[in-house]
Amino acid sequence: MSHPCLITLDNNSRPRVLFAGDRLVEVDLPAGTRVLYPKPPLEPLKDVDAAIRHAIAHPYGTEPLYAKLFPGMKVTIAVDDISVPLPPMRKPDVRQRVIEIVLALLADYAVDDIEIIIATSVHRRMKAHEVRHMVGDKVFNAYWPKRLYNHDPENPAAMAKVGETEEGHVVELNRRAVESDLVIYVNLNLVPMDGGYKSVSVGLCGYNSLRAHHTPQVMRNCHSYMDPKSSELATIVERMGKIANQALNVFTIETTVNNRMFGRPLEFLAKNEDDLTSTEWSLLKGLVKATAKLPQPARQAIFERVPAPYGVTGVFAGDTEAAHEQTLKRCNEQYLVPIEGQADVLVAGIPYISPYNVNAFLNPLLVSVMAQGYLFNMYKGAPLVKKGGTLIITHPCTDKFDHEQHAPYIDFVHQLLPETRDGYELHKRYEEKFARNPAFLEMFRKGHAYHPAHPFFMWYWGEAGRQHLGKVIVVGADNEYIPKILGYETARNVSEALYRARDGENRTQDILCLHLPPIVMGEVRLPRGGA
Amino acid sequence: MAASYFDVDGTLVSSNLVDPTVYYLLNQATPLASLRKVGKALLRAPAMALAELVDRRTFNELLFSAYEGMSEDRLHLLADEIVDGKIIPSLYPAARDLVQKSRDAGHEIVLVSGSLDFILAKVAHYLGGCTMICNRLEMRKQTATGKLLKPVVAGPEKARLIREHARQNGHDLNDCYAFSDSYSDIPMLSVVGHPAAVNPDARLALLARAYDWPTFRLSEGP
Repeated sequence: MSHPCLITLDNNSRPRVLFAGDRLVEVDLPAGTRVLYPKPPLEPLKDVDAAIRHAIAHPYGTEPLYAKLFPGMKVTIAVDDISVPLPPMRKPDVRQRVIEIVLALLADYAVDDIEIIIATSVHRRMKAHEVRHMVGDKVFNAYWPKRLYNHDPENPAAMAKVGETEEGHVVELNRRAVESDLVIYVNLNLVPMDGGYKSVSVGLCGYNSLRAHHTPQVMRNCHSYMDPKSSELATIVERMGKIANQALNVFTIETTVNNRMFGRPLEFLAKNEDDLTSTEWSLLKGLVKATAKLPQPARQAIFERVPAPYGVTGVFAGDTEAAHEQTLKRCNEQYLVPIEGQADVLVAGIPYISPYNVNAFLNPLLVSVMAQGYLFNMYKGAPLVKKGGTLIITHPCTDKFDHEQHAPYIDFVHQLLPETRDGYELHKRYEEKFARNPAFLEMFRKGHAYHPAHPFFMWYWGEAGRQHLGKVIVVGADNEYIPKILGYETARNVSEALYRARDGENRTQDILCLHLPPIVMGEVRLPRGGA
Repeated sequence: MAASYFDVDGTLVSSNLVDPTVYYLLNQATPLASLRKVGKALLRAPAMALAELVDRRTFNELLFSAYEGMSEDRLHLLADEIVDGKIIPSLYPAARDLVQKSRDAGHEIVLVSGSLDFILAKVAHYLGGCTMICNRLEMRKQTATGKLLKPVVAGPEKARLIREHARQNGHDLNDCYAFSDSYSDIPMLSVVGHPAAVNPDARLALLARAYDWPTFRLSEGP
């Protein structure tokens, strides 16, 4: 018997409603299609503050936080950036709660040399109002901007080399953190690929270290990103993280949230369409019609103006590896749904948001990151779709970019991708030159743009998906050239896409529809002899 | 190898061409001479304002005509005070970083400015050594005539001089960068493969957005 979150459509099933960017579209899927829904949100902790205090006083694999403190010591608190959770969390963000409790403890032990660094790595710098939302007014007013600031990996004076792995990968980290007596990392672990050794060794590093593992080859060897034990990316990060943890005194505080992404007005988006009440179904149909007619900024506002009412499901502190083991268990408990066998065709809606476009438009490169990167990788065990299978996505693929955040992406999509989509070619011929582009570096350092190497990393993010999938068909594209640049076919509707997925032949297809957001991951069990 | 071509006034420094000129006018050999020079300059002000709207080259020629009769010694002597007292303090803090990032990328650093050579040379030295494409005063008997030697570095002429510099030094313009704050430098920005609008005026900001040129302000940031 299959899991309650995996349902099979019959002739009486309602149409499914999928995201297509910031629109919602009705999709008719044939009877027999399996639809994978997110699990219901895990029960949140009743007293989050008490859980934080308990976690730092009873940590995994190390002494309690208070035992590490002494007057006059230098402490750096590093904190995950705005890329998690998605969308940003309703106030108070769990990071605010952790930081406030940690700061109170530090004050009790007469520790006043404290700086809080937002571990942005090569992500864009967070804006003041975003930081305020994340850490709360009290911390913001006391620390911003001198003692609460964004990491700047392109300032050579602010970086320090701490070592090298046996493979020759350079571990270069934020100097303030390296020179601190204690680094307290405050994480928000949205998905299993977050956290652990990645927090310090990626969050506080720069291009020189990232280039060790953000390569087309490494990305091809991840099966999947969401299963650290089967991810070469996680393996290399772990090696580098161990070097970092030898040099730095790190105390990790990880937190997990449930998948209550939509608040009350939009809660029904996470449900099975056949289980909706007639009122909810009418509301959903109304939303489909409204998003079809409203202008883009209004559509974006519908989804962005409602912060997610995530509930905190766990706080785990102590030694990086030991604490993260607990975090992963809780993450998997929320997201993993068992599935028997792989599909021939995977159908998924691409939503309006990704980790890299908070408060910005999901540009074409990020569409590909979501499709062949994140959605393809939402599995443990084996991919949701068979080797050579088809991914059908719904998205307009609009040729639109946020000029402030995604300036380097524009050149990447319009100048480099038309030359080649080959990750190795892009890596070899263009990446380093692009990464040293002084204009883009200035926009990264002084503005709010992503690092010029970031679009390359984003393209590599889809490498495993590109190698595995036979084709990607996009439904509802508002132009032909962006899908062509990305290497996608186009279809007017899902029926046409399914017809093209079977190359016009009259054969049965095993179709799986990934109904997200909220996040769901398939734990795929292959039949005996399957590959 | 590529080159990075930088406009200076308004791009790397917040001061402009008028600031050093005013300093020279106010620091003549005698107060009476200063008064005479300032008076003449004020008479030319309406014409300069009009020229600034229409043609940057004419503006430069009118502006530098104020130098007529100044001795070479005095020009060089006061240049130190102007650079140390006016220009270097008005350098955007991030300007040196930007120049250094270009140098780190292996670019030849070229300052392309309407400024005068003896002033710009000191700025170039401060920035760690740069090639200069700039204006030069015509001198007769160690005295400025108030005319500029050809070519006058302004507007479209900057683009021609950049092309010439790139050709002579083996740079592929497609790989080169240009940075400017002003709409009047559109020709200079358009001639390279990687233009960027730095502290752009309103018209340049609009155009940069339309063409997806990187845009940033050196006064912003950490």
